[in-house]
Amino acid sequence: MMLNVENIRSQFPILQQQIYNKPLVYLDNAATTQKPQSVIDALCGYYTHDNANVHRGVHMLSERATAAYESARDKIRALINAASTREIVFTRGATEAINLVASSWGETNIGAGDEVLISEMEHHSDIVPWQMLCERNGAKLVVAPINDAGELMFDAFEAKLSERTRLVGMVHLSNALGTINPVSDIIAKAHAVGAKVLLDGAQAVAHLNIDVQALDCDFYVTSAHKMYGPTGIGVLYAKEALLESMPPYQGGGDMISMVTFEKTQYNDLPYKFEAGTPNIAGAIGFGAAVDWLCETGVELIAAHEQRLLVYATEEALKFEGLTLIGTAENKATVLSFTIDGVHPHDLGTILDREGVAIRAGHHCAMPVMQHFGLPATARASFAAYNTETEIDVLFAALKKAQEIFA
Amino acid sequence: MFDLRDLYQQVIVDHNKSPRNFGKLDDCNHQADGYNPLCGDKLHIYLRINDAGTIEDVSFEGDGCAISVASASLMTDALKGKTVQESQIMFEQFQHMATSDLSESPDEKKLGKLAVLAGVREFPSRIKCATLCWHTLQAAINDAASPAKTE
Ligand SMILES: Cc1ncc(COP(=O)(O)O)c(C=O)c1O
Repeated sequence: MMLNVENIRSQFPILQQQIYNKPLVYLDNAATTQKPQSVIDALCGYYTHDNANVHRGVHMLSERATAAYESARDKIRALINAASTREIVFTRGATEAINLVASSWGETNIGAGDEVLISEMEHHSDIVPWQMLCERNGAKLVVAPINDAGELMFDAFEAKLSERTRLVGMVHLSNALGTINPVSDIIAKAHAVGAKVLLDGAQAVAHLNIDVQALDCDFYVTSAHKMYGPTGIGVLYAKEALLESMPPYQGGGDMISMVTFEKTQYNDLPYKFEAGTPNIAGAIGFGAAVDWLCETGVELIAAHEQRLLVYATEEALKFEGLTLIGTAENKATVLSFTIDGVHPHDLGTILDREGVAIRAGHHCAMPVMQHFGLPATARASFAAYNTETEIDVLFAALKKAQEIFA
Repeated sequence: MFDLRDLYQQVIVDHNKSPRNFGKLDDCNHQADGYNPLCGDKLHIYLRINDAGTIEDVSFEGDGCAISVASASLMTDALKGKTVQESQIMFEQFQHMATSDLSESPDEKKLGKLAVLAGVREFPSRIKCATLCWHTLQAAINDAASPAKTE
């Protein structure tokens, strides 16, 4: 079965517009995806019919809001095959989820002389929280290198693992390069030395099937806005036993069961980690995005994106003066490149005038740019609604950029 | 409809390809770094200012988009032989041009060749690329301790 792309496109109202009198070609999906009508309706429907605070009212609206919020949690649990909703903590996004782990689990489990092992291809959000923790606690941040294809050098990774390694932080699918990391092997090796593993799935969940139990990963984080959901909401998955052992991240309402001035008893999981009124609408929109993904079929979407990536890569290889950055054997959805004589920032502006939205910059992965000795790259990234025709428009626009700078 | 050639005029393309006054100035007496955190553009400006306050020589090095390179190239050309005081007026005029309303046509008499950069007004996300070198110039004149930023 093939994805019915026309049908999918019709579900995304934002795609029906023109930019400078040209059809919008949205190829900045790794930054954030567009939202289908069903997600927009879920957000709108919540505020139109059900708006109330969760977990604290006995009235009808609060009950409806709570039910919708909790049902979203269960949809996310099912999507990544977590054992229980007790393991699903809502956060502001992948970034906050990593910070939660670094603060709560990291502060109690990582001390002087310990090591946190990450890869050279991490997003800043999987670098800086660990750097901050290591600075506070006298631990060491260790980096496993990548090769020039943008793949993790597995032997070097293994060599850097030791009994000092307390945690491995690894991106599942790299936003800068498109590389898919061998996460099962990484987890097995890390567990063998007693280290926990956090996978940064910000890019992965919209493109790959995730099964946190089969992976046996300890922490998994993602953001709704990169999987057709709203901004400002994401999730931390963590094994229940880990969450039980971790101190709260923030204090406030909702995360307590009993407060006196002498002592506070914390709430059960996952609420212990959800202080304050949460992003209720966002969670409900997240749930709708998960519904959309499941109804559309992650595998069908992935197969479609893979065809697009193969086609775009073929075109790229034919394009004189273009250098691909990130040529991993196992990659998805991302085409990162440079063009001789045209700075990525100028490419971004020229493509914009052709209606083509791409990202130009360091993609919040400056160490990746440093590896390749580049200030920036241009990046096209694909989603369910993109087409081969759009890739043709992209390359025609790149040609135009070359002509301007000829 | 704005045309891309409003921004990427041939003069700009040429200055980007072969920037003037590019490289280190060995006998400089002022210098500073400039940095645009948004896109990673980096610039270094070298200045030699004599006792009378005249810019005897100026050069730049760096890595950036066509707008930032061309702007620095044009700026360094325009500054040579000017006094520091005159450079301040040029900076103001340039700032004004880069951020003024589109209906106002640039004052070519005052701005000279720098007027080719007026096209950035149509591309708000690119204004900072054009002004980075001027902020860096300020930092160099003032011997600022930290790099100039466009923010
Ligand atoms: C690989 C990766 N990790 C983490 C993040 C951070 O996600 P957010 O900004 O939604 O917290 C991103 C998004 O840019 C990403 O691509």
